[in-house]
Amino acid sequence: MDPILAQGFLEASVRVATPLLLAALGEMLAERGGIINLGIEGAMLAGALGAALGASSAGVWGGVGVALLAGVLLTLVFVIVSVRFQADQIITGTAITMAAVGLTGVVYRHAFGVGGAGLTLPTFKPLVVPVLNRIPVVGPALFGQSVLVYLSWAAVPLCWLLLFKTRWGLALRAAGEDPEAAAASGVRVIGIRAAAVLLGGALAGLAGGTLVLAQVGTFAEEMTAGRGFIAIAIVVLGRWHPVGVLGAALLFGAATALQFLFQAMGLGVPYQLFLVLPYLLALVALSGGMGQARIPTALGRPLVGGQS
Amino acid sequence: MTAVLDLRGIEKSFGAVQALRGANFLLRPGEVHALLGENGAGKTTLMEVAYGMIRPDAGQILSRGQTIEIRSPRDARAAGIGMVHQHFTSVPALTVEENIALAAGRRTPDHGADDQLTQQLRLGLDPRVRVEDLSVGLRQRLEIVKALASGARILLLDEPTSVLAPAETAELLTLLRGFAASGGSVVLITHKLAEVFACADTVTVLRHGRVTTWGPLADHTMETLAEAMFGGTLPEDEPLHPLSGVAPTEPSTHGPVVRLSNVSVPALDGRGPGLVRATLEMRAGECVAIAAIDGNGQRELMLMMAGLLPAREGTAEIATPVVLVPADRTTEGLIGEFSLTENVVLGLLAGGVVGTGDQSIRARGWIDWAQAEERTQELVKQFNVHAPGVWLRAGALSGGNQQKLILGRALEQHPAVLIAENPTRGLDIQAAMEIRQHLREAVARGTAVLFYSSDLDEVLSWGADRLLVLASGEVRELPATADRDQVGRAMLTPAGSGTP
Amino acid sequence: MNRLRQFGVGFLLPLALGLAALSLLLWGLDYDPSAGLRALWSGAFGSWYALTSATLVRATPLIILGLGFALAFRGGALNIGMEGQFLAGAIAATWVGVRVGAWHPLLAVPAVWAAGILAGALWVLVPVLLKLRLGVLEVITTLLLNFVAEAVVSYMVQGPLQEVSRVYPQSDPLALAAQLPLLGGTRLHLGFAVGLVLAGVGALIFARSVWGFKLKAVGAGPRAAWMSGRIPSARLLAGALLISGAIAGLGGAIEVGGVTHALFQNLSPGYGFTAIAVALLARGDPIGIVGTGLLFGALEAGASAMQRDAGIPSVAVSIVQATVIIVILLGDVAARRRRTLTVAPEVIEVE
Repeated sequence: MDPILAQGFLEASVRVATPLLLAALGEMLAERGGIINLGIEGAMLAGALGAALGASSAGVWGGVGVALLAGVLLTLVFVIVSVRFQADQIITGTAITMAAVGLTGVVYRHAFGVGGAGLTLPTFKPLVVPVLNRIPVVGPALFGQSVLVYLSWAAVPLCWLLLFKTRWGLALRAAGEDPEAAAASGVRVIGIRAAAVLLGGALAGLAGGTLVLAQVGTFAEEMTAGRGFIAIAIVVLGRWHPVGVLGAALLFGAATALQFLFQAMGLGVPYQLFLVLPYLLALVALSGGMGQARIPTALGRPLVGGQS
Repeated sequence: MTAVLDLRGIEKSFGAVQALRGANFLLRPGEVHALLGENGAGKTTLMEVAYGMIRPDAGQILSRGQTIEIRSPRDARAAGIGMVHQHFTSVPALTVEENIALAAGRRTPDHGADDQLTQQLRLGLDPRVRVEDLSVGLRQRLEIVKALASGARILLLDEPTSVLAPAETAELLTLLRGFAASGGSVVLITHKLAEVFACADTVTVLRHGRVTTWGPLADHTMETLAEAMFGGTLPEDEPLHPLSGVAPTEPSTHGPVVRLSNVSVPALDGRGPGLVRATLEMRAGECVAIAAIDGNGQRELMLMMAGLLPAREGTAEIATPVVLVPADRTTEGLIGEFSLTENVVLGLLAGGVVGTGDQSIRARGWIDWAQAEERTQELVKQFNVHAPGVWLRAGALSGGNQQKLILGRALEQHPAVLIAENPTRGLDIQAAMEIRQHLREAVARGTAVLFYSSDLDEVLSWGADRLLVLASGEVRELPATADRDQVGRAMLTPAGSGTP
Repeated sequence: MNRLRQFGVGFLLPLALGLAALSLLLWGLDYDPSAGLRALWSGAFGSWYALTSATLVRATPLIILGLGFALAFRGGALNIGMEGQFLAGAIAATWVGVRVGAWHPLLAVPAVWAAGILAGALWVLVPVLLKLRLGVLEVITTLLLNFVAEAVVSYMVQGPLQEVSRVYPQSDPLALAAQLPLLGGTRLHLGFAVGLVLAGVGALIFARSVWGFKLKAVGAGPRAAWMSGRIPSARLLAGALLISGAIAGLGGAIEVGGVTHALFQNLSPGYGFTAIAVALLARGDPIGIVGTGLLFGALEAGASAMQRDAGIPSVAVSIVQATVIIVILLGDVAARRRRTLTVAPEVIEVE
């Protein structure tokens, strides 16, 4: 393969994968605690608008801050309805995403005018990592990215540490596997689930912010276009493990990048094949075709027998 | 020596049921204390009070002479109390190590801090294995390790040996003795008197929420303990069951409707013995009562006979329709969100084991609601169910009316065999009496009735034609005239092992 | 009286709160809420044309998909994949629809519908099998297949089903024989009547049939359904999910045959998800779904007018929809709590 093309493909894969990775890590934390949050799509969208609002008045880091805040605030509604009061998670999540579509649409028009087109926002400049970027092909592709990309990579080991090396992570996993037993061991199930989902909301907000601040530099209505739902598929394919999620996110990124590549190379293979592949792999993973894929046992199920 | 745990005058009611009526309990350091009593005597409730799971209505808790407040299991753990429940509380998908860390409130298990007992218990427990892959015996052992890991110096164990093989039991009892020898204290709730004599120093017997016997074990024999648990007469303020003393009816001369031959059924949730090679014959118009301590195979027997559990071995011939009155009215007998009529239709459509269903309310896949409503109204009248109308949500009925509805629905199907599991549990005297009367009339009409009550007094005062005792999953028949003492002793020992 | 109260608390209150939330937001952002609501009303009900060609046309897929969701929902299963089943139905319907030019409409239309029904059921078959065999949550599997369906549509309109000139990413128009007849002078098509008939059939099934009764029992109390009713819940739910998928597929076939007359990307603006709200607001009651489907159809129809006449972005109506869902969920939680508090005390077991 032409090295220029390969480098472009790799660079695009990583770039596309970044918001997916951030959102999926957040969703993974929630699901490890037994909460499936379909509102993550909405949180991403809110994060994207938050980033636009923040960046337009306070620069890129302001954008990051408002994006995080927007993701958390929207997710807070989900947490109150579906974690605290234990209403159905699926339906609540769907409603939250709907609300985000409406809210962002209205607020965006209000803030940036009816047309909205031509809105250009400050974006993160690529941060070239010296030395590493001189590795042929891989170097420029991986180490000439924006700081948010590196941040998303750092989030992988951080999530791993949090889940598997802290008491909080242990308690969270217990709450996701067997909330009643966890409560019997002294875990505050509802509190810990709420915290994990809110953290996930922050990551989803950042994911939406990444779209705006590191990729397109503008906001458009419904610009997340289902990426939140893709993140849920990534969690499944990544088998609820940070490293698996990283791999799955890159796979989804590569699948998207491949279609550009194939179009550029003029090959006759339908690119949709690559788009579908990760979803099919996720289904295979769920049916046990790739060793055991453990769904958190209590996923979607509230704590039985009251408050803790 | 000052008591490490001193419960004084503990009272607790659940609705109309008084579970504890001023119970006292004293635990000293370095002792193994056996807590005995029949089903419903209040043993578990008393220990759950000590562990902060239940707030008592009255009474106080002291430790080393000081009054202490235990409002939650968290408080109890802080006070050095650990409890091993009858049901497992480990998270199956996590490893042994992770479960211990979770209970201990530590990030990772700290092996250096383990005392000798914990180290001994840890033998055979691979820390990296997922709990779901452990045998039942090892899971039980893990429960104890967890309690100790949280720093407990007082261990409350609720029937810990019910899931263990004899060798494992012996090992556990030795370990508990060792724990006591090192200054810890153990409360052992059990029904097995042999274990008490193998391990305990002190014994407390509860009966109907009150302590009837307390003191050093040395003062007792198996006979006196069995007598304290089951024998003799009730305290005067205990109303006897209103139908006690009714003479057994004439032996049935009808043909057999149930024929079980060496039927075994695995335990329902993997705990307990299940049903072990049961052989049983029942005739039409016969009333058979079961006496057993909870979890000795009676539930498996009844669900198997109702066609809801498959037999693992043996042959079972049972006439149809067979109808079950399940133990839990609100989740097994009725759908709370459904109206009375809908709940009646639910049972009538099922129509016994074979599922033929009631033809009068269905025609080619459609339900005749007018007919169903009419029949429900009749049933409500006939069985004295107090409800403003048949449209009412079944969940809004009182317990007694729920049970009358369930029983009425069952009898409406003219069952050949009726199986009733704890049909009067939690009901007031009036409702319980009505239930018993209806069952009695069903017997008179030729239905074979098999019933179980966890209340031994009810079993004995029922006036059943025959009496079965289940112990460790084995069925044994006793004369219908057997007294409380005999039955109680049979309940404590499996068929093969002779009398205690 | 009871009915009236239920209508007020279960329908009018959430709707009123939804409209209030929207107004509050508009007011806070210096829009004119009353102008917005007026435009919303006139866009939905302001004229015969608005009612038939906007509101009822928008309501049709919502009613049909809402019925599909309700069927599984009453049995306790969540079909989050109606979006995908809808698209699968649309693809199969287009495939058949462009090939039946020579047929009589009385044959062509049912053939198109049958293709949609079959494809919708097929699309939910894998989740059903995974649920039956391995107990995999249908929520996740049906959700995943939504994206696969979208990709298949994308492939189809650029490949096998692309229009003859091979320029635009869309299919040829369906043969005239396969297009649904319209109500004179409007864009209202036969599909709306299909929705009404389906609702009637659904109501009959839930009210009178043994199968519908058993499904409700499994949804309301699976343990009692098994122990007292001997109802095998897994098999029953599998059937309900398949029918749910088939209905969604039919919805796709009807949308293609009655509105778009061709397949293209973004055929569904999230009908599959809005329909969840439609079904939920009606508590899964088929006749109620006609009402809530009309309401949501009216909201979407009015939204365009609101954007045109009052300069308020049309997506704002999804705030109404979201508020409605959340108010209902919280109301259910409150009702559940009240019930647990009033439960007879003697059900608590001792030991």
